[in-house]
Amino acid sequence: MSEQFEPVIIGFTCNWCSYRAADMAGTARIKYPPNIRLVRLMCSGRLDPTFVLKALSEGADGVLITGCHPGECHYLEQNYKALRRYRLLLKTIAQMGIEPERVKLVWASAAEGVQLARAITTFVEEIRALGPLRWPLRLAEMDIKETAAVEEVVA
Amino acid sequence: MSDNGKPKFAMYWAASCGGCEIAVLNINEKILDVDANFEVVFWPVAMDAKYKDVEAMPDKSILLTLFNGGIRNEENEHLAILLRQKSQILVAFGSCATEGCIPGLANFSNTDQIYEAVYEGVSTDNPNHIRPQYNYEVPEGTLHIPAFYPALRTLDQVVDVDYYMPGCPPESHQIAAVIDLVLKVLNGEAELPPKGAVIGAGNSTVCDECGRKRHVKSITKFVRIHEVDEIDPELCLLEQGILCNGPATRSGCGARCPGVGAACIGCYGPAEGVIDYGARLMTAVASVIDSNDPDEIDAILEGIPDPAGSFYRFSMPHSLLRMAKPAWSNGNR
Amino acid sequence: MSNKQNQPQDEKERIGVYVCHCGSNIAGVVDVEDVAVWAKEELGDQGVVVSRDYKFMCSSLGQEMIENDIKEQGLNRVVVAACSPHLHEATFRKACERAGLNPYLSELVSIREQVSWVHTDKEKATEKAKAMVAGGVERVIENEPLEPLRVPIHPATLVVGGGIAGIQAALEIADAGYQVYMVEREPSIGGHMAQFDKTFPTLDCAACILTPKMVSVGEHPNIELLTWSEVERVEGYVGNFSVTVRKRPRYVDTDLCTGCGICWEKCPKKVIDEDFEQGLGYRTAVYTPFPQAVPKYPVIDTESCIFFANGKCKACEKLCPTGAINFDQEEEILLLEVGNIIIATGFDTFDARRIPEYGYGRLANVFTSVEFERMCNAAGPTNGEVVLRDGVTKPEAVGIVHCVGSRDRNYNNYCSVICCMSSLKFAHLVKERTGAEVYNFYIDMRTAYKDYDEFYQRVMEEGVLFVRGRVAEITDATRNPGEEGKLVVQVEDTLAGRQRRIPVDMAILSVGLQPPSDTKEVAQRFGISCSASGWITEKHPKLDPVATMTEGIFIAGAIQGPKDIPTSVAQGAAAAARVLGRINKGEMYLEPIRATVDPEKCSGCRICNNLCPFGAIIFHEDLMVTEINHALCQGCGTCVAACPAGAISGTGFSNEQVLSQIEGLLAYSFPKDFELVEMVPA
Repeated sequence: MSEQFEPVIIGFTCNWCSYRAADMAGTARIKYPPNIRLVRLMCSGRLDPTFVLKALSEGADGVLITGCHPGECHYLEQNYKALRRYRLLLKTIAQMGIEPERVKLVWASAAEGVQLARAITTFVEEIRALGPLRWPLRLAEMDIKETAAVEEVVA
Repeated sequence: MSDNGKPKFAMYWAASCGGCEIAVLNINEKILDVDANFEVVFWPVAMDAKYKDVEAMPDKSILLTLFNGGIRNEENEHLAILLRQKSQILVAFGSCATEGCIPGLANFSNTDQIYEAVYEGVSTDNPNHIRPQYNYEVPEGTLHIPAFYPALRTLDQVVDVDYYMPGCPPESHQIAAVIDLVLKVLNGEAELPPKGAVIGAGNSTVCDECGRKRHVKSITKFVRIHEVDEIDPELCLLEQGILCNGPATRSGCGARCPGVGAACIGCYGPAEGVIDYGARLMTAVASVIDSNDPDEIDAILEGIPDPAGSFYRFSMPHSLLRMAKPAWSNGNR
Repeated sequence: MSNKQNQPQDEKERIGVYVCHCGSNIAGVVDVEDVAVWAKEELGDQGVVVSRDYKFMCSSLGQEMIENDIKEQGLNRVVVAACSPHLHEATFRKACERAGLNPYLSELVSIREQVSWVHTDKEKATEKAKAMVAGGVERVIENEPLEPLRVPIHPATLVVGGGIAGIQAALEIADAGYQVYMVEREPSIGGHMAQFDKTFPTLDCAACILTPKMVSVGEHPNIELLTWSEVERVEGYVGNFSVTVRKRPRYVDTDLCTGCGICWEKCPKKVIDEDFEQGLGYRTAVYTPFPQAVPKYPVIDTESCIFFANGKCKACEKLCPTGAINFDQEEEILLLEVGNIIIATGFDTFDARRIPEYGYGRLANVFTSVEFERMCNAAGPTNGEVVLRDGVTKPEAVGIVHCVGSRDRNYNNYCSVICCMSSLKFAHLVKERTGAEVYNFYIDMRTAYKDYDEFYQRVMEEGVLFVRGRVAEITDATRNPGEEGKLVVQVEDTLAGRQRRIPVDMAILSVGLQPPSDTKEVAQRFGISCSASGWITEKHPKLDPVATMTEGIFIAGAIQGPKDIPTSVAQGAAAAARVLGRINKGEMYLEPIRATVDPEKCSGCRICNNLCPFGAIIFHEDLMVTEINHALCQGCGTCVAACPAGAISGTGFSNEQVLSQIEGLLAYSFPKDFELVEMVPA
């Protein structure tokens, strides 16, 4: 492959902190790679593991979850619930053969545009190093002949 | 309609254990209603029939087919497509057909690993490492073994399904209720539910039927059920640190397992509208952990040594990911 | 997979996509025309019937374009690809509303802050913009028409805290004709300002400017004053709060008491007054904290009172001319119904004992600023004389230490705002009353407001000496001649570039401000939050300093952060204005981002019950289902994400909306040769 692998990453942001940080990165014209597409939620506490699994099963190579710093959640303490779900999610996807490093939780306050941009840039490179995940749904097209042609060892 | 005027009925088992068949037989005398009102044209456990008999049937000639078992190999797939063709109403019967169930756990492994476990396990003497050969010449001709697909699929991932009956197995009283419904429909006394509906089950989750007392949840420790000296018979199991899948599992079974001190393992599948059963358990269980510190949370989660197994025991093939990476990667990607 | 694919044709969405150039802000990086054309071609199957690009979508012409298309093209969904929703979501929602389309059926996708301003590769930026538009289109299909929630506003207001900020707020609201309840935990209102002698920069007497306002509060027909009381519990939501107040027993019948003062004049039990007099003076067991107290009714301190100790004395009861003393009085629990709450609970001061090297509590002549205020006060324990701890000796040299416990990572990292000015004030007062040599030990001079710097210059001209340096130690361990019997201030004079040991007779520590010690509990009681340093968190530090994240609860004064009297008054008035605006309208509309439990699906597992910090989640024991109070629900969606039965749905950010958005974003994010093929039945 002469072309470099370009990861596709879905990022979840919270309306009050990390989405505003992303906006701030924009207003300050701070550059980061275009590999990430951000989804806005009201709070990181809205993050349903289903969303992460949906992103991964539809081909995303990595998922970045962001929210307010602990103690600073706009809704007081909901980012802790996101943290708890994140820890269990990592444990579960590891058993699915997905490297836990592909799902990352990063806190960013509304003023931390620079830090968020840096976190995104770092994450893109981390996923690039891990390689593509590109979860396929094309079971029907999977190479059945390959599995059918098992070694024939004559007794 | 058959020659004797009775509507035709079929039941088939694909990659399954036979428990669904037993559950149907467990409806006791009600089986006589089945016999009285239907002509059973194809039911391998109960009567002899050949696939070519089914192939010979006219399309849509079978009124009702209960299809249990998952689709693991070519034979399962062939019968799924065939019975869809021949049936008016095709019901994905039981957990294997609706969401994959226990055979679906093989989706955590690739075929190499499966063959090794089956043909070269500790109890198997296979010094020459013989593996199945899909086409084998014998004097009488060529024998074919159905191709073994890389992962298990549910019935609706292969054909169009009309109704789903969850459960491992579906509870006999629910089966009896469904049979009653079908008979009423035949008599014009009732309408069929909308296509795609889940039948023979409740509208809520197991907690709705469970008699245990529940309070605001705040878990500091998860324990395995065998580690507990005495299970409080009145208190919610989850509040005792025992991982119970009841909150995420569709009701309809009568909460029999928690009723006798066994944690629900989730055989009735997800609640209405849920697209990934495991994710619901993940989020519910994690949200009520009583800690805000990542290390402490991880320590508490040590009490769930196998989250994928606990949360996707029955639902792996029907989940968003459908299988673990080894099943599709075979090291190729 | 979007289940809309199974929908009959006549219910299909008609979506308008509008891609904004934003001048060259977006168009300079993203090929906006291409995106618009692409949207119509690629997403036509999803329902895109109109797709335009335009220079400035937020302009009146841009908005009209949307309105015309809605009317003429029968659009029932709108996607604008432009700037951040935080800027113009409301703009485009209003445009839809004007054209007769429910405003919540529109989406604003950011391709400026999130694409053109942060990426340089034009091709990749354009591809990303397309993916973002696809995400917005898929999402908007799942949007539902929503109506803002209407909540009625009760016209009464609760003000918690009777300091200057609370007093200002209460008077503004009461003067406007509305009922105010003021709850104050001390026996009198007035707060810390009542303890001060003079106030900077004008050197007005604090009591002279404060007491008229206190009297107004006490006499106001619209203010019910509940002193010696505390808020126990708060229930309800904006416009409809139910507040439980515990009124402690004064043991004085306020209907009979005339405030004549005979009881405390004759009370035989004297104790040191640790609160108002900061330990410098005495009070009796039955007392009012200061002569101008409002209300004038005394309280009995049961811990010091002889009667409560052993049943004897009862001098006050015998001597009271109206028989107002009632030893059997019990506490009262009151339930108040109010529409809005203003919290103005002020501040505490930093405990100087935490810095042992300054010697407070060990060295007699080290005083805190509040102690010194009491000393300067003409009605205080020394009748306004500036004297040493012996009560007699006038100091000849005084050191005033700024930033005690402030701007210090070991204690409080923040600046307490008022200490430089009050330190200058002390310098002036000491000079005026004693002629002593005065040293101010400072780090920076913070004299930023009206007439403040002029005051600083005046104090400089009065001959006060300024040493720039953080004081290392105040000690009585003398080393050099001239230091015997004195306190020595050890400091690095940074401007002179050397260490100095300066002997003084008295040291005044300008202690920093801190949130009152129970602020965290108080905040939890009201369902609001504190920042890391303990002050209550405002809704927005610049644009909304008197509101909190909880609708209907406002803050004013030092509880929001250290500030001076003019600013506290301004905030009290600002909070009052906000409340009056609400009361005037009579009702409020809340954003309809709310969670709802489907009672049919809810199994009563109670997993969600512990997840709401706003108390919006209620469990009905009789029905064994959970319900969510829409007026309390803040729309965070945590319970929606947690429900294992999928029984909780959330408007504005539903599962369908988010999942569809993810689908849309990913469907167009991969190179052409990578295809995700959905399994199809044979």
